[in-house]
Formats: sequence, structure tokens, C-alpha cells
Amino acid sequence: MRGGLFSLFNRVGAWVLLLFLVTPALIAIPVSLTPKRFLSMPQGELSLRHFEKLFTSQEWLSSFFQSGVIAVSTSVLATTLGTLCAIGLWRVSSKYSELVRAFLLLPLIIPHIISAMAFYRLWIPLGLLDSYAGLILAHTILAAPMVLITVSASLATFDPKLEQASKNLGASNWTTMRRVILPSIKPGVFAGALFAFILSWDEIVVTLFISKFSVYTLPRRMWNGIRENTDPTVAAAAVVLIAITLIAFVIFAIQSRRNTNNTAS
Amino acid sequence: MNALRKHIHPGWLIIAPLLVMVMALYLGPILNILWLSVTDPEPGFGNYAKLGESDALIRILWTTVRICIITTVFSVTLGYSIAYAMMHCHQRQKNYMLTLLLVSFWISILVRTFSWLMLLGRRGLVNVALEDIGLIAEPIAFMRNELGVLIGMIHYMIPYAVLPLLVSMQAIDQRVMDASRNLGASGSQTFLRIYLPLTKPGLVASTLLVFILSLGFYVTPAVLGGGKVLMVAEYISVQLLVTLQWGTAAMLAALMLFGVLAMLWIMSRFMKLSTVFGGAAR
Repeated sequence: MRGGLFSLFNRVGAWVLLLFLVTPALIAIPVSLTPKRFLSMPQGELSLRHFEKLFTSQEWLSSFFQSGVIAVSTSVLATTLGTLCAIGLWRVSSKYSELVRAFLLLPLIIPHIISAMAFYRLWIPLGLLDSYAGLILAHTILAAPMVLITVSASLATFDPKLEQASKNLGASNWTTMRRVILPSIKPGVFAGALFAFILSWDEIVVTLFISKFSVYTLPRRMWNGIRENTDPTVAAAAVVLIAITLIAFVIFAIQSRRNTNNTAS
Repeated sequence: MNALRKHIHPGWLIIAPLLVMVMALYLGPILNILWLSVTDPEPGFGNYAKLGESDALIRILWTTVRICIITTVFSVTLGYSIAYAMMHCHQRQKNYMLTLLLVSFWISILVRTFSWLMLLGRRGLVNVALEDIGLIAEPIAFMRNELGVLIGMIHYMIPYAVLPLLVSMQAIDQRVMDASRNLGASGSQTFLRIYLPLTKPGLVASTLLVFILSLGFYVTPAVLGGGKVLMVAEYISVQLLVTLQWGTAAMLAALMLFGVLAMLWIMSRFMKLSTVFGGAAR
């Protein structure tokens, strides 16, 4: 009986904790609706003026656009390179390939401040500072390990005999890859692409180091807003970001449910 | 070409693009930073010797380690409680819990930091609410001190602590616990002597993962610490972007890097690294 009581107590505690994880972010909603010109809780009156400002301000719009371009390019590049690499590592599967895999995961776990230093150091002589190419390359290196992980997880359940069968039936390497391997690992590729997008869309530490004026991503602008701590437009931007997160999450959940249903049937 | 093929698996051909890119654009400059730490401004171990001379540096390192330890202890303990509850409830409830956990995982770090700024400030929602119900007369200082940094960091790290724990709890055979109860052990005995030891790999992985992530954490300490709580990551960025002292920054980065690699090595002895990060990415 004591175990049951403890379990119940712990479960209530866990729910409280989970709500503690999610609810603080919601405060951005009321703050974004304040009619005042400074960051405050609205009293009585509500206003959408800060959303209006967000969607008419040249600066914020260009940041949304730039972040979008960088995140999509990063996602495409990281997914392509990461998927190819994962398939290669799976094919080779030797002592050396496992070593290479561990090495390629490092950008994910090495503190971003160190990665930021590294990119900053190299981007100066290469002239990549404050450019789209510089940010996309840096984000791709940080995001590729995510793709490597998700695609490798999909490959782990793929039957290698299917690949042999395809080759025995006369398909070329390329056809086998495109028509046999890729369709079976689609869930992993999809998840990897999404994670890569989110990582780039949300990346601030490396961006702070390697961007300055001409490329000013959304996190960068939010960072500035947070540091100045006066303009409620930041709250409106935060609400938009929360909404985008929720939409992405729903798409992801539906997609992964469809995949589990497919494998089940 | 054919002779080469016999020795080198063709799979390497499609591994190469990413591998070459990471080596050239990532490993290269990191090695360069390690090199800088012993050559800039002059060759030798002058930068490392500063650790013995400068009280400020020691204070920053100590602040960082202290905050990381406290964050890790709280995140892993609270994470354990969440993971345990998730493993011991109905599937439906578990799905709801997992959704909350993942949503919090996905919300932008900047949004969360902004929210804490609104909640914890001198005139923030928490202080105002506490004053209104008459619990406090003066606003509590939640920000620009370690308390604020800890709240923000623990809040961020809990989901990272939960995921490896879930992986290891899932692997436990429930019948072992039943056997223990049948043999007359009490609920708490079973938990402490059977369940807890069985989750050790998850505990180690989760502890090290949170510690590593905390070590290089930049955003939350910089904002919620408000310049009063200086951790290594922020100090490095000041050295690079304001005072332009690559040597000192490189030395700190090297220390951090070796620390992280050592912890990864320990971690790999308890749990497969790809499992830990696979869990973290999902």
C-alpha cells in the first residue's frame, strides 16, 4: 500500500513539474497584448498593436525571411549530406566507420560556445563572416549529426537483403538507393530534416559570433530585444514562435503516427 | 582504381562529403584553438599559468562548476521522478506526459528566457502576485543572481535529463520487481535495492549529459545572471568579442573541451552514445 501511495504522490509531482516546464512560456501571450509601449502586463484593455508592428516592421520581416532561408538551406544540405553519410556508414559497418560515426556526432555535444569560436576563427580568413553561406555552413555542421542519428535509427530496422535483392534483379547502385533504400528510411530522413530546420531556426550562440549587420536572423533580433528589455514587439515575436513550434510539433506527431501505422499494418 | 576498390569499401565515397566538410571546417579550427592556447600571445603555458595567478579566473571556473553541479542534481532528481511516473501509469496518461515534455523541449530557448525575464523581474509577475496576496513586503531578487540562473537552467535541462532515464527504465523487466516483492521485500526496499541500481546506466548518462550541456550554456546565464553571474561561456565571448584576447579564451575552451571529452568517454562506458543522443533528439 505504501508503494501505491508513493506512486500516486510521485505522479502528482510529475504532473506539476511537467506543467512547470510548459506554462512559463505562455506569459508571452498576455504581455504581447499590452496596449502600452513598454513591456508590461495588460490591465483591462488589450491591443494587437505589437503584432501589427511585428508584421509591418521592415526589420522583423527581414529577420523572419533570413532565418527562413538559412533554416531551409541548412535543412536541405544537412539532410542530404547526413543521409548519404548514414547510408555509407551502415554499408561499411567496420571498426573505422564506428569511429567516424562517433567523430561526426561531436558537433552536437561540444558546447556551442566552442563551436562558435571555431567558426569565428576560420570564417575571418575565409571571408564568410556575416554572410548567408557562412551561417548555412556552420548550421549544417551542427545539424548534420541529428540527421545521422535519425537516419541511422531507421536503417537499423531496414533489411539488408532487400538491397541485395534489388541488385540481383539488375538495379544499379543509384536505382537501389532511390527506389529501395530511401523509401524505407523516409521517416528517419523526415525527422532529421525537421530537427535540422529547428536547430538552425533557433540557433543563437554561433549566430552571435558570425553574423553582424547584413545577416540578422530572428533569434539574433530577439536576443537584442531581450537584452534591451523594453519593446513588447519581442513578446509578439515570442508568441509567433510558440505558435510555429506547436504547428511543427503537430505535423511531426501526425507524421510519426502515420509511420507507426504503416509499419504495423 | 579496381585495386583501390578492393581495399576501400565503396560506402566511404558517400561518407566522404560530410566527413571532409567537418574535418576542414570544424576539426581544423578547433585544433587551431588548442594550438592558440599554447602560442598566443607568446609560446608556452602562460595562459594555463594564469589559472594559478588570477583569482578572477578561478572564481569564474568555480561559479561555473558550482552552478553546473546544482543544476545537474536538481534536473536529474526531478527528471527521475517524471520518468518514473511516466513508466508507471496508463498508456494514455503517458502519451499526454510525453507530449508536454516534448513541447517544452521544442520551445525556443529565447522564448523561454524571455518568459523568465517577465516572470522573475523586480516588477515581474511572480513578485507582483506574491505582494498582492501579502506573502512578501519587498520584491524578492530572483534575477541578476545565481537563483535566477539556476531556475532558468534547471527548467531547460529537465527534459534532457528525462529522456536517457526513460530509455533505461524501458529496458527493465518488470518481473524482477514482482519477484522481489514475492520474496518479501517492501516497496521501498525493492525500489532502493533493485530498481534504482538497474537504472544506473540511465542515471549516469543523464547526469553527464546535463552536466556537459550546462557547462557550455550561454544564453540563460547571460540574460538571467544580468552580468552578476559570470560563467565560462560568457567570459569566453567577452574575451573574444570585446577584449580580443584569444589566448585566454582558447585556454578556457581547451579546458572545457577536454572536460567534455573525458565525460563523454565515461558516458560511453555506461550507455551507447547514439542511444543517449538518439533519445535526446527524439
